[in-house]
Amino acid sequence: MRPSSPLIEVARLSHSYGDKEILKGLDLGIARGEVFALIGPTGAGKTTLLRIMDLLEIPSSGEIYFDGQRVPRSGKQRLAIRRRMSFIHQKPQVFNASVYDNVACGLNWRGEARNKIVAKVDCILETVGLEGYKNRNARTLSGGEAQRVALARSLVLQPEVLLLDEPTANLDPVSATKIEELLSTAARQRNTTMIMATHDMSQGQQLADRIGVLLDGRLVQTGNAGDIFRSPQSTEVAHFVGVENIIGGIVIANDEGVATISVGDDHHGIGIQAVSGCPAGQQVYACIRPEDVTLTPMLYQSSARNSFQARVTRVTYLGPLSRVEMDCGFRLIGLVTRISAEELNLQAGHELYATFKATAVHLMERKSRQ
Amino acid sequence: MELIVSFDPEVMEITARTLRIAGTSCLLASLISLPLGSLVHFRRFRGKRVLVNIIQTLFSVPTVVIGLLVFVLLSRTGPLGDLDILFTPAAMVIGQMILITPILLGLTISALSGVGKEVVETATSLGASGFQLALLSLKEARYAVVAALILGFGRAISELGIAMMVGGNIRGFTRVMTTAISLATTKGELELALALGMLLLLLALVINIALNRLQQR
Repeated sequence: MRPSSPLIEVARLSHSYGDKEILKGLDLGIARGEVFALIGPTGAGKTTLLRIMDLLEIPSSGEIYFDGQRVPRSGKQRLAIRRRMSFIHQKPQVFNASVYDNVACGLNWRGEARNKIVAKVDCILETVGLEGYKNRNARTLSGGEAQRVALARSLVLQPEVLLLDEPTANLDPVSATKIEELLSTAARQRNTTMIMATHDMSQGQQLADRIGVLLDGRLVQTGNAGDIFRSPQSTEVAHFVGVENIIGGIVIANDEGVATISVGDDHHGIGIQAVSGCPAGQQVYACIRPEDVTLTPMLYQSSARNSFQARVTRVTYLGPLSRVEMDCGFRLIGLVTRISAEELNLQAGHELYATFKATAVHLMERKSRQ
Repeated sequence: MELIVSFDPEVMEITARTLRIAGTSCLLASLISLPLGSLVHFRRFRGKRVLVNIIQTLFSVPTVVIGLLVFVLLSRTGPLGDLDILFTPAAMVIGQMILITPILLGLTISALSGVGKEVVETATSLGASGFQLALLSLKEARYAVVAALILGFGRAISELGIAMMVGGNIRGFTRVMTTAISLATTKGELELALALGMLLLLLALVINIALNRLQQR
């Protein structure tokens, strides 16, 4: 489903601040009604890209197209185009005025009729659950409330494009969920095109139709959540999307779509099996998500093709989950629930069996090192 | 004290004129300074720093120098002599405007600098035009802007040099509180001079309170 003409498009976009290159030749098109998540670590250039798309900044080089038209680098047309979009910044900035005035300002600036503004503002305040706050000074609100004001202020404009920069990064989980719900409702009801920068994978996965991974100023991979999380195209992407096991090896056989990969430092016969078309002789990385690794005290008979005896080297607790580092001839990391970790009596030195399915292994071609 | 309490008609008349002249010059100066200050703040151009430095230097021009300048401009042989407004309230307003415009301008620029970059950017992305952005920023900076107005008005109401040199202290026409105080003192009417001085301070207080309420809105 790739429509012919995107609503907003950047071409060969590069941007520098002084000597520092932030964006390095980006090409990206986003279709009308699409929800696009831009993921990447802090400093990758997500915010800069959004700012350029919102025409707040003029890129060092490259072009922006909006609704099929090239955006000029200066002039009145930029304001006209900007008024069809709305940008929600990471830290909500409310104006030192009442909640009502905050939400109404964009409509006022667009010269909307006063009675219409009143009706629209009332309606949106109800949507975001701030109906009783109309006359409060927005500066006295909590972080979550301020973010909802910022959201209402943008949504009330019914923009064609909504740009979001880490919309929930500074919020507690409850407020964050509320904002996410509001966003996905807005996207569905109005067919709003949304471009959101996030470093929260689950948010990207839940809300977005398509995900782009921005690493160090380059868009290294775009695709749907399944593609990105299951089949990363490079070790960098794999690392970033939480594939903790990236094991170098060589395919020694491929039997009807099941490849056997020899891994381990000395390649002495540890074989991982993966569902893949990779031919024998190919240098590869085997990628295994830690949550796909099952730990059992005994060798466990199942359809899973990969089972290894493992010695626990380290256990770290991550809230409800425990991260288990093991040595099975190669280093393997697994994620288990805290309860399982207790039942298995996991601690360093403990011996057990680690199992994962052949379908859970994603093979990535390894470029021969220079 | 009696003179204030008894609402002496001449004192009241002088007070009203003082307020009128200082108010007019403050109003006109702010009509120039607020838009111009916004323009200087939001536009990027070469020599902006230098300009701001010059404006700030003009904060401390002595009133007598401005009085002299306006006198030369408006005197019969001067370039604006045909207007024939020397020794009128209009001449005093012109002088006071020249006195306080740099102050209002400089303080407007610094008030706007205090508005966060993020606020300006948020407004821009919500679709504010340049003019709308300036208006919002002045509103956001209202505390500092009103402080600038208070200072400008205070300087206008309390200056003596300009009122004396281009107003001429004409009784019933250009006599204001500062020139009246000066005259009373030289004539040895210390009681009147003190009363007028206190009244001037009282006025400043009332105006401060009024503008402060505007600030807190």
